Amino acid sequence: MYDLYAEEILDHYKFPRNKGPMDNPDRVYHDRNPFCGDEVTFMLKVRDGVVEDVKWEGRGCTISMASASMLSEEVKGQPLEALRNWGKEKVLELLGIPLSPTRLKCALLPLKVLQVAAWGTREEGEVTSND
Amino acid sequence: MKLAESVSLDPYRLREDFPIFSQKMHGKPLVYLDNTASAQKPRTVIEAMDTMYREVYANVHRGIYELSERATQMYEDARRKVAHFIHARSRREIVFVRNTTEAINLVAYTWGLANLRPGDEVLITEMEHHSNIVPWQLICQRTGATLRWVPITEDGHLNMEALDSLLGEHTRIFAFTAMSNVLGTINPVAELVRRAHAVGALALVDGAQSVPHLPTDVQAWDADFVAFSSHKMLGPTGIGVLYAKRHLLEGMPPFMGGGEMIREVTMTHATWNEVPYKFEAGTPAFVEAVGLGAAVDYLSGLGMDRVHELEQALVDYAYERLHTVEGLRIIGPGPKERGGVLSFTLDDVHPHDVAAILDQEGIAVRAGHHCAQPIHDRYDLVATTRASFYIYNTREDVDRLTAALHRVAHLFRG
Repeated sequence: MYDLYAEEILDHYKFPRNKGPMDNPDRVYHDRNPFCGDEVTFMLKVRDGVVEDVKWEGRGCTISMASASMLSEEVKGQPLEALRNWGKEKVLELLGIPLSPTRLKCALLPLKVLQVAAWGTREEGEVTSND
Repeated sequence: MKLAESVSLDPYRLREDFPIFSQKMHGKPLVYLDNTASAQKPRTVIEAMDTMYREVYANVHRGIYELSERATQMYEDARRKVAHFIHARSRREIVFVRNTTEAINLVAYTWGLANLRPGDEVLITEMEHHSNIVPWQLICQRTGATLRWVPITEDGHLNMEALDSLLGEHTRIFAFTAMSNVLGTINPVAELVRRAHAVGALALVDGAQSVPHLPTDVQAWDADFVAFSSHKMLGPTGIGVLYAKRHLLEGMPPFMGGGEMIREVTMTHATWNEVPYKFEAGTPAFVEAVGLGAAVDYLSGLGMDRVHELEQALVDYAYERLHTVEGLRIIGPGPKERGGVLSFTLDDVHPHDVAAILDQEGIAVRAGHHCAQPIHDRYDLVATTRASFYIYNTREDVDRLTAALHRVAHLFRG
């Protein structure tokens, strides 16, 4: 049995990194998973194509919130170009646990929101699809 | 199976009738507490279907040969059993459909489209499952009728004063659940039907939760329509029931067209078969119907009064035990006024997290909005965790649930 509630995941859930408001963000995107009500907003400050600062807000389950927190740490200082290639492997690597299809949707919501914030609208379902 | 009147049911003995409980889940005995979503199957149901496939399989109402006639006989026996189980006047008042959802859609699309006009009102309640909301929204859009909602009180009962002001000369049908799939609230069905009839409206009862768990008497209710599903009452999936008073069925146009539902077909028109066959186009799920018949036999053998009594005792116990978990809040009425359904929140821990941790302990519960978003909006909740009981659940199941919830609370607080 894998540990869905590994210490690191719970730590990010209880003490989320970069969570809170941002004044005058350059990019903002908000979305929710209608199935479970989870919601995430990412706010970015971008200079010369590089993510200078990141904040996020949201509510949801441990997996979605930990995923948002971990991604926010990861994205700071990254060129926007790099985000383009992040997929579900990136999120799974950050979380460090395998996920069932249902929980994978929770984990991928913050990635979808982050990428749309960075790059504008993506094709529907491209990020959240499981397969 | 027939027990002496005075003897209570013993869930430990009943569990042995259900093959699924012989397995382990994550190395632990399965604690199945998602009965509101669907119930497990006793051996008699599985075997009745297995036997039919092996020994008596042929299409019904068609063949002039022994096998088909025997299959038809079994299908119609199942209809008789269901009629008897809910105290219908006649088996002709029993239409086999796929499930509760289809039963309600059948009424909405046949009776509704034929009878609703702009200015008419359809009344439902805030505690309905989506299956008793969305069909009416669709039909109101099509017909120009108005959909109105009976509010509920903070403790999870229908607001009866509001009901009286909402029911009026424009109300054509009042569609409500006999038992909420989220709150567990048991509604006073006969009284609600009486009030609907007093203003000349019809009454549709969503019996998806009540029929599997409480005695049902459609004549005592005087209900016009009652919808329920087999799979929540120990029977197979793919089969459900629409009960309707015969004169209403006679007056309604068909739902789907095809074989079996016709009397005569020419190249320009068709005439309809007698009820209930007018509403059973195409080859029906007759093996599933026979499975449902076996489930009805099983439940009748136990006695629905005793089923209710067993669940009542378990809800009392669970209500008390769950409240030992700090931060746990059960929504809906007190234990004496509800069926075996407990939906709760645990501090601000997301129900998906609660359910995932319980799963690791071999405990199956439901997390989400349980196909009833309006009731969650009513309590300003996105989602809840729901534990729901049936005849095979024990106090030990409740103890394991409680212990696991203590662990969840500890994990997120610590």
